[in-house]
Amino acid sequence: MAWTRKQKRLGVIAGLGVILVLAAGLILTALRDQIVFFYSPSEIAEGEIAPGTPIRLGGLVLEGSWQQNGQDNVFVVHDGATEMTAHFTGILPDLFREGQGVVAEGSVQGDGSFLATNVLAKHDETYMPREVADSLRDQGVWQGEEG
Amino acid sequence: MTIELGHFALILAFVLAIVQTGVGFAFWRGSGLAERFVNQAAILQFALVGFAFAALTQAFAADDFSLRLAVEHSHSLQPMIYKLTSVWGNHEGSMLLFVLILVLFGAAVAAFGRSLPADLKTLVLSSQGLMVAAFSGFVLFTSNPFWRLDPAPFEGTELNPVLQDLGLAIHPPLLYLGYVGFSICFSFAVAALISGRIDAAWARWVRPWTLASWAFLTLGIAMGSYWAYYELGWGGWWFWDPVENASFMPWLSGTALLHSAIVMEKRNALRIWTVFLAIITFSLSLLGTFLVRSGILTSVHSFASDPTRGMVILTMLALFIGGAFALFALRASALRSGGLFAPISREGALILNNLFLSAATAGVLVGTLYPLLLEALTGARITVGAPFFDVTFGALMVPLLLLVPFGPFLAWKRGDLGAVTQRLLAAIIITVVLSLLVFGFLGFPLTLAPIGLAIGIWVMAGAIADLADRAAFGRTAWRQSLSRLRGLPRTAWSTAIAHFGLGVTVIGVVCASAFQTEIVTSMRPGETAQIAGYSISYQGEEEVSGPNYVAERGTFWIDAPFFWRDRAVTSERRIYPASGTPTTEAGIRTYGFSQMYVQFGERFGEGGRVVRLWHKPFVLLIWLGAVIMAGGGFFSLTDRRMRIGAPAPARRKAKPVGAGQ
Repeated sequence: MAWTRKQKRLGVIAGLGVILVLAAGLILTALRDQIVFFYSPSEIAEGEIAPGTPIRLGGLVLEGSWQQNGQDNVFVVHDGATEMTAHFTGILPDLFREGQGVVAEGSVQGDGSFLATNVLAKHDETYMPREVADSLRDQGVWQGEEG
Repeated sequence: MTIELGHFALILAFVLAIVQTGVGFAFWRGSGLAERFVNQAAILQFALVGFAFAALTQAFAADDFSLRLAVEHSHSLQPMIYKLTSVWGNHEGSMLLFVLILVLFGAAVAAFGRSLPADLKTLVLSSQGLMVAAFSGFVLFTSNPFWRLDPAPFEGTELNPVLQDLGLAIHPPLLYLGYVGFSICFSFAVAALISGRIDAAWARWVRPWTLASWAFLTLGIAMGSYWAYYELGWGGWWFWDPVENASFMPWLSGTALLHSAIVMEKRNALRIWTVFLAIITFSLSLLGTFLVRSGILTSVHSFASDPTRGMVILTMLALFIGGAFALFALRASALRSGGLFAPISREGALILNNLFLSAATAGVLVGTLYPLLLEALTGARITVGAPFFDVTFGALMVPLLLLVPFGPFLAWKRGDLGAVTQRLLAAIIITVVLSLLVFGFLGFPLTLAPIGLAIGIWVMAGAIADLADRAAFGRTAWRQSLSRLRGLPRTAWSTAIAHFGLGVTVIGVVCASAFQTEIVTSMRPGETAQIAGYSISYQGEEEVSGPNYVAERGTFWIDAPFFWRDRAVTSERRIYPASGTPTTEAGIRTYGFSQMYVQFGERFGEGGRVVRLWHKPFVLLIWLGAVIMAGGGFFSLTDRRMRIGAPAPARRKAKPVGAGQ
């Protein structure tokens, strides 16, 4: 093929452009479908979240609410204003404590409880997940230092 | 006293770096004196920062609790190795380690870069000096590890128990050697842009540093992943967490840089792009430092963080990246593109490699930063989790991995795809046969897993075919082929080794994700659980105490299938009284490349325990592959060929040439 230098370069650029556009499209589609929103119990209580949608729930574990039956755990997550019962099957992280911050991944069930598929572990027990700190501050429950 | 001397040494290094930068940038043009000065300064900085670091380490080793940092992060009962690693198991100390690696690379260029042209070398060291000044200033003014306490307490509050592990001794230094090592590539890029020396020779000089940093970063990431896997006790090895992405993005763009520098060196093409990548790679390292240290993103690996320090890092990030890109904008237009090539050629293949790697980097970057952006714009708090990365990253890696075996076979300038496919025929046949066997063994499932395995096999077979083809196996006598194989340039070997390692990792990732089995159950002593052909019986628990912790230890007996020996395994739930922190030590037994992972949980009923069991088939291949890749990188550094061919009489430094020739 007797392509000129210019044609060759254009061909290469066009090919690369197509791949880039595909990659960008892929990233944008995935961003729309695959992100998980974070909510506090109060925000969930407003009732706009369809049951079954994957979300993250964050707040404090209510003192005295954690019941354990083997691998089945039930605890109440609250943000001062609203409480929400969460179910989790499995081994909770070492740093899961009553009265401390928690972030749970899962979905709201038809009966208004939360079914957690994953409860996030934190390395440091003085650590407060940033979203939890923010939402607790919004609710006026916690006035810990920034961040 | 030693601590004050260390502090003083760091201040001296800081001042010296400022002077070095000033002198270097002012007199780089043809002044032998300036070159000698920045050279000496770089080596002296290393001695000074090394001394500062040693002084700090000495204080930790000697339990000097008048040192604030030691009080906050060490304890007299910690085993010595963890006292030493405590030095960098915290923000201040790890930033000092950061500076130490910066000066280490500066000193290495000063010592081994004798063949570099004087002006380029002066500029490289000045640019490196600027970063040393910025980061040692950052350490001194915002994160000073040398502050004392008066009166001194008798005891420290101990290193975070999760970090009391050999992983902390190995992972951060390796990771920093890679991560911060790319600073020298950045400095080379800055020097190239200022001096206008952007040519094949530049690529040859920058490649060994890229290779070394890349290989260290590969090891560092792999080590970090394995550490998280066994220590955090969740059985996962990669979470697409912001902190992990922070080190993975420089790795991806560093890998692209590694490949584009080959094109620049051999064919004098892709010059603008290569310089751009060198800047981007270290910029991503800086961005990662910012993300990790500012705590702006929620991470499963939480670090003590401080928003004001984050702001300082962000400012430095903006200045360095902004400055480099301003230079880039000024210079890049003056560059004319180099060698011509057809779309189907070695150059074309390497461009595709770069394209996919850059797109993957961009995808990871978008996923990592998008929560920040969305929160700033709409106030919504979101998480971009593993599904996003699995989809985007996975989709970009599949074509890249399929193309990997073709690259080394294509000729420079103009390749012949038909001929290459013919030479790859053996690899194609092997891949198809093995994949069909695997597929059949799995019972022809309608999942992506066998395809993933086929891709892994293809990459490995391609790497072997590359070596076999170069040695002309099947075209000449065995003996001759063997001797040709031995005589192949080390760079050819290293390409094949690294690509082979990539295939190994792919297989590990696919197997560990697709075929792992997990059960959570409650067990009483004497009870047995079945998983993946193994039967695991719970023997009972006992109280044990370590040097600085007490633990409940559960003992399990594993009856393994096939020819594996039956063995006991223990898992512990520890409490570290000094900080009151609980941790879980998973019990892990290795069978070939597979592992049985036992996690001892809460009490349940009378004498019962919740127990979590994972069978992780071929999980070790993930990290083994990474080690092989890094091995390929280090091996190519030993290649002598290019040192002889270097333009100036190269002595020790110019050992470039990674892949291909």
